[in-house]
Amino acid sequence: MTRASLVFGALLTVLVPLSLLAGRVWIAPWADGPANAALILGELRLPRAMLAITIGAGLGAAGAAMQGYLRNPLADPGLFGIAPMAALGAVASFWLGAVIPPAFAAWALPVMALAGAGLGMALLALIAGRTSSDAAGGAGGGIALFTLAGLMLASLAGALTALAITLAPSPFALSEIVLWLNGALTDRSWREVAIAAPLVAAGIAVLALAARNLDALTLGEDAARSMGVEPRRLLALLVVGIGLTVGAGVAVAGIIGFVGLVVPHLVRPLTNRLPSSLIVPSALAGACLVLAADSIVRILPMVTELRLGIALSLIGAPFFGWLLLRMRRGQL
Amino acid sequence: MIADLSTTLEPGRITAIVGPNGAGKSSLLLGLAGLLAPASGTVTLGGDDIAGLHPRVRAQAIGYLPQAPDIAWDVAVEALVALGRLPWRDRGTDAIEAALDALSLQPLRRRPVSQLSGGERARVLLARVLAGEPRWILADEPLAALDLAHQLALTAHFTACAANGQGVVVVLHDLAIAMNHADRVLVLKDGRLIADGPPELALDPQVIAQGWGVKARWLGVRGAMALVAHSGPERANRVIE
Repeated sequence: MTRASLVFGALLTVLVPLSLLAGRVWIAPWADGPANAALILGELRLPRAMLAITIGAGLGAAGAAMQGYLRNPLADPGLFGIAPMAALGAVASFWLGAVIPPAFAAWALPVMALAGAGLGMALLALIAGRTSSDAAGGAGGGIALFTLAGLMLASLAGALTALAITLAPSPFALSEIVLWLNGALTDRSWREVAIAAPLVAAGIAVLALAARNLDALTLGEDAARSMGVEPRRLLALLVVGIGLTVGAGVAVAGIIGFVGLVVPHLVRPLTNRLPSSLIVPSALAGACLVLAADSIVRILPMVTELRLGIALSLIGAPFFGWLLLRMRRGQL
Repeated sequence: MIADLSTTLEPGRITAIVGPNGAGKSSLLLGLAGLLAPASGTVTLGGDDIAGLHPRVRAQAIGYLPQAPDIAWDVAVEALVALGRLPWRDRGTDAIEAALDALSLQPLRRRPVSQLSGGERARVLLARVLAGEPRWILADEPLAALDLAHQLALTAHFTACAANGQGVVVVLHDLAIAMNHADRVLVLKDGRLIADGPPELALDPQVIAQGWGVKARWLGVRGAMALVAHSGPERANRVIE
């Protein structure tokens, strides 16, 4: 257990009970709570907290892996275009809402979103086969070209999503889509936890497998290959790992940005700064960040709850600006 | 880029690869390292085709030092040197300590790489390769950004590696260093080998005229020779006139 994992693990064990007690109805453990306290805890707050931890852990680990892979502290897992593809799948499910039998309707959104993420991964794998520079394959574009392919995928998915919104079948579907795209954890149940948790756990495990290979990239692609790293295998691990962590998160909570970008920066000063030392602590720190942010949006005195995705972007965008300033001063 | 090249390199010696810009020196080195597959032909390591080796087995045998890589993360010296153990997937504490000792890096071991001078950085990068205890060290212009004193110091480390039985192959720009410190020199021009042998023969003024288009002669005594160029390529002359 590294120092960073201990710090963020301890923080998480403090945050979980706090998050369970906070909300529109405050539950004080030392006094008699409201009559439905057990229901609020077991059916509303506990699944919501678990979901926040799951999604945050996935985004944190994916961010650490992505920054290691691109050798760039400003990289975000969104760069692979998997989140927009998952969102596109989800938006498509709103379109299909009318034709899906009611029994499956509840599953349509997460399943379609996962299908979108899977399609994104498959397209990336197809592109990667043509761009990764392997000894056997000869010349290739390498990491930079692959990243541009991810951006292309992201813009395409974004454009199709925008198209789906403008052609929305009904005003009701339109507002549903727009609300859903700004990710949130409101009204989620154990069902979403059951969908996302195993996929995110598997994704983090896959990223952990890639960790030492990411360390080798510290000295560049040629040096990494000379140390025995196989670019195709590394890329496959990353596409699967990021696809599972990010895709599962979008499938149950919509788009939640900036977590993957911000979290590794909170973790890095506590580690030796190599990507392998960041993945697990970033998962823990991501869980802390999303859990804390979701608890705060829940207790803010607003008429309608501030969407978690919007709140995190409001924090994340200025943080990104601060990173840029630090980078300009050569402190990053 | 490289054509019709057939050669055998020996361990325990320093082999220098020299040639004008664009001659294919770095490509040859990547090919020898197994990182660039030849369009035809093979590179063998102890009788095995290098393309057929498992990447990790190849990495255990061949340490490759790329030309002035930028270091993505501001890690401490010892963490960077420890990357050399990646092909072995072990902690390799003894090898790491030996590499830090060999390049006199013990006092700097906890310093972040961003706070190193150019010479210190070059030593750290070589220590990373040494920590992997490779049988072959392939270095692409390791002396390029160094001042005279650091060039000599790093060259002495390569000599020590060769004396230790490791095969050292370096791409060099400075012909005088190749002349004074290499056991053997390969001269490339336009992807072809135009000379191969001990430095006095391979870096003969005639070869230099053929390879670089420069009239030059060697001054000094064996082991401390300097190259004096009389006139550049004809193109250059015309520009100057």
